[in-house]
Amino acid sequence: MIFYVACAVAAWLFLVGVYGIATSDNLVHLVLCLVVVQASTYVLLSAVGYRHGGVAPVFADVTQTQTTVDSVVQALMLTDIVVEATVVALLLAITVQIKKRTGIVDPNNVNLLRG
Amino acid sequence: MTALPALPVVIPLLMAALLVALGSHLHRRLMDLLALLTAGSVTGICAYLTYKSSHGSPIVYWFGNWTPEKHFALGISFVIDPIGGGLATLVAFLIFAALLFSWRYLEAVKSLFHALMLIFMAGMCGLCLTGDLFNLFVWFEVMTASGVTLCGYKSEEHGPLQGALNFAVTNTLGAYLTLTGIALIYAYAGSLNMAQVSQTLITHPPGGHLVQIGFLFLVAGFLVKSAVFPFHFWLADAHAVAPTPVCVLFSGVMVELGLYATARIYWSVFAPSFHASEGALRTVLLTMGVLTAVVGALQCFTQRHLKRLLAFSTISHVGLMFIGFALLDSDALAGTAMYVIGHGLVKAALFICVGILLHRFQSVDEFELQGIGINSPWTGLLLFLGAIGLSGIPPFTNCVGESMIDESAKKMGLEWLSLVFIFAGAITSGAVLRIGARIWLGWGVRDEEAISRASQKAHLGPETEGSHRRVPWSMWVPACALLLIAMAIGEIGSLRSATRTFSEQMLRTADYNALVLEVTPMPSAVRLDPGEFDSSIGKQVIALAIAVLLALLSLFPNLLGSARKSLGNLVDLALRPLKAIHTGRIGDFVAWFIFGIAAYGAILLLCTK
Amino acid sequence: MKFPLRQLLFFVGAIGMAILYALAFAHLPGPEGLRSMYRDVINLQTVEQRHITDAITAVNFDYRGFDTLGEEFILFVSVMGALVLLREEKDQGGEKVPDAAWPARSVPPGDALRVWTLWMTGPVVLFGIYIVVHGQLTPGGGFQGGVILATAPLLIYIAENLEVFKRITSHEWIEIAEAIGAGGYALIGLIAFFYSKPFLTNVIPLGPGGTNINVLSGGMVPLIDLTVGLEVAAGFVVLLYAFLQEMLVKQGDQ
Repeated sequence: MIFYVACAVAAWLFLVGVYGIATSDNLVHLVLCLVVVQASTYVLLSAVGYRHGGVAPVFADVTQTQTTVDSVVQALMLTDIVVEATVVALLLAITVQIKKRTGIVDPNNVNLLRG
Repeated sequence: MTALPALPVVIPLLMAALLVALGSHLHRRLMDLLALLTAGSVTGICAYLTYKSSHGSPIVYWFGNWTPEKHFALGISFVIDPIGGGLATLVAFLIFAALLFSWRYLEAVKSLFHALMLIFMAGMCGLCLTGDLFNLFVWFEVMTASGVTLCGYKSEEHGPLQGALNFAVTNTLGAYLTLTGIALIYAYAGSLNMAQVSQTLITHPPGGHLVQIGFLFLVAGFLVKSAVFPFHFWLADAHAVAPTPVCVLFSGVMVELGLYATARIYWSVFAPSFHASEGALRTVLLTMGVLTAVVGALQCFTQRHLKRLLAFSTISHVGLMFIGFALLDSDALAGTAMYVIGHGLVKAALFICVGILLHRFQSVDEFELQGIGINSPWTGLLLFLGAIGLSGIPPFTNCVGESMIDESAKKMGLEWLSLVFIFAGAITSGAVLRIGARIWLGWGVRDEEAISRASQKAHLGPETEGSHRRVPWSMWVPACALLLIAMAIGEIGSLRSATRTFSEQMLRTADYNALVLEVTPMPSAVRLDPGEFDSSIGKQVIALAIAVLLALLSLFPNLLGSARKSLGNLVDLALRPLKAIHTGRIGDFVAWFIFGIAAYGAILLLCTK
Repeated sequence: MKFPLRQLLFFVGAIGMAILYALAFAHLPGPEGLRSMYRDVINLQTVEQRHITDAITAVNFDYRGFDTLGEEFILFVSVMGALVLLREEKDQGGEKVPDAAWPARSVPPGDALRVWTLWMTGPVVLFGIYIVVHGQLTPGGGFQGGVILATAPLLIYIAENLEVFKRITSHEWIEIAEAIGAGGYALIGLIAFFYSKPFLTNVIPLGPGGTNINVLSGGMVPLIDLTVGLEVAAGFVVLLYAFLQEMLVKQGDQ
């Protein structure tokens, strides 16, 4: 049951995040909505890895026959989180420069590339 | 073979790290030389790998020596077959040409430009060669991150920044949807290796629409990268502001890699599971291709910014390539492969010509440059040659590709597709002919008002240093070479036979699975002959004739008198809504993205029997 | 495009996507039915095969080490990208002073804040190194430990001011450290070529196993942890420095 709830949450986060990007009027808000969309993929990946009664796949004090959650999915998410943090930093760097060069922070006003 | 398959990715990454570490202490020429050497060696290695895999079976390379255990794939694999290897060779070769163009004169920040280009190359080569879904995603992200940085490279002006932001947000959003698709597929199939997933989908077919929706989500990021309608808005913006060598790469190979990834995912993972919905998929892909080709061509003709014009022509031609893929047939795939090679080379040469113009005259506006090209005649010759190439005239390679796709379409009863090819080829070729005539021959009404509007609009400053009086050899040599190669290789019969043979091999999913999972070795590919196809050039000549006519009509509004004027007004009115939706705003692009995915998904599900 | 039109387009699309999501999830078997072969094989093997108890690190740096190399380079490119994008114009010279537009701290950091924060810096660095080095034993590894290490200079900035932060972090060798971290991972992978094995094969002796698994177990994995930790920490410090630089303007521009 919790699996389907988690999947629904992931879908909701994705659509809400994209709504935020589509209707944003501030570049920083836009970039952070992208972070929300990113979070939806993490929720989905965690949900996919879940097992009933599973514990963390660290075998320091857990025997190997016990049920553990999926380690592959967690590995995918782990590197992704750190890496996407820097990608967001890249986007924020672009935002800072746009503000510095043009003084505009509203994505709807940054429209030099029309037509 | 224990080292070679990994090298196309590892060598550029190592060299990039080295360049950044030593950055401020290296002389500019040394940096250029190191980058060129790296690109050259990767080209050689990829070419050798392609050759090796074409004599025998595709090369399977397991990283970390994690070979399949009891036919279950544990590690990450590179599966190098001639199609992927050939594309990787094209990538490395275009990077070499782009680095040659930027030799010495392009403004570079320490060594960061060279390092970024090398990492871009590593990402693209990795994407071509990989056989693992998450690995595909990782190299896609590497391409996006380095592409965004290269696009916004000239950060002193605000144009590049906006283009880079559009690029970053739309592509990252697509990537997240791809990751969602990977999660769905992993949830069902329990593996990330393409062959393994394919095998599981064959032996345990999932119920309902999981296969179609999983495929659509997985491929979404690559569709955005390929600038398929309606995800194409970011590409024109990114091209308009990126430095020329970067534009060469974007148009020449980056968008085509999105198509390759889609084709690879389809044939290596999903094809057997799609048997009921293959017709529906064909419909969706044809819709995508035709819409992209038409919208791209129409937008292309109305541009006056040279780089944006060429960007829209790329979008149009990618639409044509998608039509080739959409036929889901091995001969059509072979035609698409030839088209990719031909178009990539010609488009790269055209962008280099525009780069030369930018270097000499510091402008890329069509009206501003009117008549000035007489000072640079040889560049004009190259541009005209490239323009003709776009229309698909022999001996250019894309002519061969187009004929093969047409032949395939005829077999399926879809002859009207050749009209789309003529339409797109004519309009894009006509647009480039028009700018060639205006800039070099000085034809066309001199529109003073338009010129003053151009100078008010913020346009990009120069991207190169040094004397702007001459065109250095490092700039026109790549353009020449690319055009010559584009004209030469189309006629090589063994290339045609090779693409037909290995496209057919790419379609055989069961053999692929067996090879990768070490069940049975793959039987050697049966050599196919170059194939019979209608080699009459009637259609292409018509396309070129229409192109010339369109160019003349738009240059001389008084030709044909009042009929032309009223026709012109009508066309203007029809195109106005199209122009209106290309607003340059991220919010619009994102709304179109969601709408597009939902629409294509709906068509896919509703057309499934 | 007019705003309401954009919203309409979005909502139609969103409803469609919600339906697609629902259809996809409906046909996923619940947690018990999901295929878990990959997880099972790895979880059962990782302790004996690789002398590693943290299966996640094993997947990240051993089974799927090549992916992590790519991810590390995404981080590298993003940091370089931020540097490229935040660079100054060529003709900018002269002294940089704090921008008067940024309101000075209305309350200067109190002594308690300064003392505690500066005292915590040491333990934070130690903890970061601990996390990096024990990646193969307990949850941790290069990525997590690197981020912890990168917060140490940030703590100093909070306690002191920008000048002190600059003194610590503006050295060129931090960028070089980042490049060494990134290239180091690829170089470690190359070691396997000397043993005629494919790239990134774990050819270093695996160290103690069974119940004696310690910091030296896992072969190549601790080394990769170190290089990744170095790269992530250096990368984030460079990023922080680049962003905080933005708060300065040329003297006379205020």
